[in-house]
Amino acid sequence: MSEVILEMRNISKTFPGVKALDDVSFSVRRGDIHALVGENGAGKSTLMKVLSGVYPFGSYEGQILFMGEERHFKDIADSESVGIAIIHQELTLVPMLSIAENIFLGNEPRKNGIVNWHEEVQKSKEFLKIVGLRESPQTLITDLGLGKQQLVEIAKAISKEVKLLILDEPTASLNETDSEKLLDLLVEFKKHGMTSILISHKIQEIKKVADVITILRDGATIETLDKGRDEITEARIIRDMVGRDLTHRFPPRESIIGDSIFEVRNWNVFHPTHSDRKVCKEVNLTVKKGEVVGIAGLMGAGRTELAMSIFGHAYGKHITGQVLLHGREIDVSSVEKAVKNGIAYATEDRKSLGLVLIQDVKTNVTLANLENIKEGMFIGSHKELNAATYYKNKLSIRCSNIMQKAVNLSGGNQQKVVISKWLFADPEVLILDEPTRGIDVGAKFEIYTIINKLASEGKAIILISSELPEILGVCDRIYIMNEGKIVGEMPVKDASQEKIMERIMLTQEVMG
Amino acid sequence: MNTFKSIIKNNIRQYGMLIALVFIMIFFWISTDGILMRPVNITNLLLQNSYIIIMAIGMLLIIVTGVVDLSVGSVCGFIGGLAAVLMVRHHFNVYVTMLICLAIGAAVGAWNGFWVAYQKIPAFIVTLAGMLIFRGLVLWLLNGESVGPFPEEFQRIASGFIPDVFHYPGFHLTSIVIGVILSIIIVFLDYRSRRNNQKYEFEVLPLPFFIFKNLIVVSAIMGLCYVMASYKGLPNVLILMGVLAVIYTIITNKTVLGRRIYAMGGNEKATKLSGINTDRLSFFCFVNMGVLSALAGMVFAARLNSATPKAGNSFEMDVIAANYIGGASTTGGVGTVVGALVGAFIMGVLNNGMSIMGINIDWQQVIKGMVLLMAVFFDVVQKNKSGK
Ligand SMILES: Nc1ncnc2c1ncn2[C@@H]1O[C@H](COP(=O)(O)OP(=O)(O)OP(=O)(O)O)[C@@H](O)[C@H]1O
Ligand SMILES: [Mg+2]
Repeated sequence: MSEVILEMRNISKTFPGVKALDDVSFSVRRGDIHALVGENGAGKSTLMKVLSGVYPFGSYEGQILFMGEERHFKDIADSESVGIAIIHQELTLVPMLSIAENIFLGNEPRKNGIVNWHEEVQKSKEFLKIVGLRESPQTLITDLGLGKQQLVEIAKAISKEVKLLILDEPTASLNETDSEKLLDLLVEFKKHGMTSILISHKIQEIKKVADVITILRDGATIETLDKGRDEITEARIIRDMVGRDLTHRFPPRESIIGDSIFEVRNWNVFHPTHSDRKVCKEVNLTVKKGEVVGIAGLMGAGRTELAMSIFGHAYGKHITGQVLLHGREIDVSSVEKAVKNGIAYATEDRKSLGLVLIQDVKTNVTLANLENIKEGMFIGSHKELNAATYYKNKLSIRCSNIMQKAVNLSGGNQQKVVISKWLFADPEVLILDEPTRGIDVGAKFEIYTIINKLASEGKAIILISSELPEILGVCDRIYIMNEGKIVGEMPVKDASQEKIMERIMLTQEVMG
Repeated sequence: MNTFKSIIKNNIRQYGMLIALVFIMIFFWISTDGILMRPVNITNLLLQNSYIIIMAIGMLLIIVTGVVDLSVGSVCGFIGGLAAVLMVRHHFNVYVTMLICLAIGAAVGAWNGFWVAYQKIPAFIVTLAGMLIFRGLVLWLLNGESVGPFPEEFQRIASGFIPDVFHYPGFHLTSIVIGVILSIIIVFLDYRSRRNNQKYEFEVLPLPFFIFKNLIVVSAIMGLCYVMASYKGLPNVLILMGVLAVIYTIITNKTVLGRRIYAMGGNEKATKLSGINTDRLSFFCFVNMGVLSALAGMVFAARLNSATPKAGNSFEMDVIAANYIGGASTTGGVGTVVGALVGAFIMGVLNNGMSIMGINIDWQQVIKGMVLLMAVFFDVVQKNKSGK
């Protein structure tokens, strides 16, 4: 038995109107990968923010012991100085700076007060090697995909001689290969004696890498499972998280498929700034009545770009092609027109494209369909409150009430607000871009159920997802996209993860 | 005890500036030996600040969308000049002139809005250019000289008082009646919204606080009306300001248009991706600003009874400052009409009080600058506290 590196005792934290943590105790052994799981809004991020000094000493109750000493962190720099590093749910890199500059931000190697570029680049190279990222330290962050950005975050953390690394949903926006790489890295670090705390909604990966799992529910610890001692099964973790058994991950689907109602023909899109780069090439797709269609592909395959360009030319330039609804061509030249014509797109980037963070839940839910809550010239406040309350219950959005500002919701609950907004807009065609990113298993099931219901009402649904099991579990038909092209199409009964990946790899080689 | 503290904490941002205004008024009341609160002076104070307040209301919408309009002072002067040229030189009918001026104001706003909303030129640049352009146009219009006086009908909008229907000697009873009606409406609306909130189980002010707050509001209104009634009654511009304040409060709080403007200021991309035409909203806000600047320009010219080439110089600074003092956010999405009014009054009372005390114009500027800085600092501190 190795020693305990961290102990948090009887931690409570209250926000106006919510008790986010209620007497939580939590202890971590040195050298372990300790997983922290729980529903959206259970208090995972809050607990880690207490630990890392984001919420300073005095703003919570309870004790923190790190390496045998009681600690009173007053900010992040304070906790970093003793070797605690946190990688937040939302990445915090500066996009227009290079990898090296980001790694050493606030911590620059100096000689006579001047930044020593040479040393910075040299050291960055070492760290990049450790995390297995083959990029020049001078590359700008904007030019990196999310998976690589995540690795830069980790390089930044280890540059500070970290002893305890906290990762808040690091794999939420990564595809499988990148996730795997990251988890392998954690295991590798562990061999060198580093301790890490991993928050994730992906139970499989938790099961794979975690030594100990602590489950939080409603701000309280439910159980701590130890790999050596307890029998760990997915079912058990889920039961602890949700408070009931969840036998199926996907609701049963009975699809009644009719005629084609939504069609995209010969769709071409160019990059908004590099106007010679074609991002979507001759894309054709159809969705039939009552059908859920998935678009699978790797990160950067052009799926989001395709969806956003269809959604009122919100992305791209020199767009050509046709969009047809019920056999008639519709005008999608602006988002306003696209929405009026019955198209909705729930974005994957909830913070910057999905929500007005400084406003409350109800305002965000009704924003895309204000016409529907109008009473004469005014906003009907009863109608609005009823609508927002309906979705709050339906998607179990956890908030103190619907007047809570979106910025104060947990990540997963913010995602639910984005989805509510588009459900309330009552579209004909609903494009969902990574709708379950960062959402707990229970709520995922809820969202799949809603997708089924919308489909059975005759709506056309397009699901973009990087989680292949999700695509396979929810869709009727799957398009496979790679490098801006549709490279394959298969009904779900013929599809499997291997087949989809094979299709992608095959086309990769042909083109590459 | 705990609740008392949290009530204060939750509401301090909303009422902080109002309390500051009250303290400033009490301070000057004492230090000017009561001159500040004399009916003549209060009337003057309102008249002197009417044009700033009218423009501050328009500027609120612009600031909520996340930008500023620097051209309003010049536009104000330009329209005043236009009114003078039309009425004094060309003998246009007063009402026709007013309509023309409002229309030209709208056109000026549309000009600014066109560049900002549809050509994506930063508002700071567009309106800085507008500031120069319209100042130049006034100079050209008036040939660099003052033009006046105006017909009496026109002067009345700025310096007239509402007629008294009761003819009670020495006391303007109509003003009191208007005050009473207004008080009843305000208390009723506040009560209704409290009841609604309770029905949905939202937090409301505890009853004693609610009564206390309404008592203060009613006594402020009645006090003002009483003071005015013992002079010449309520000035026309006060009625104009009141009507504008009510209309724009309703627009910002209760209408779809207002909702969209605030959403746009909070996150323009997300609002656009919710199917809202944000370009059109921004354009609208500038047109609206143009119309209100025109109105303010006419009120100002009528008050001076002549149009001068320098009219409206640096008004934009007071107008913008009033909004920030009143709690509007520089990044957009936050701000209220009432806040803008309070901010404008704070500036107005400071000007007026310091002038009576005989403080030099140089120190007046310094003090006003400090007040602006402190008000925004106060806001920032509050925000940081509530974020933790
Ligand atoms: N600044 C804040 N003000 C008010 N409430 C807050 C604030 N931050 C968090 N909360 C509330 O605290 C609770 C816990 O939030 P937290 O972010 O810790 O959840 P989480 O377990 O990380 O969820 P997720 O899986 O969705 O990320 C939520 O109900 C949330 O609404
Ligand atoms: Mg979280």
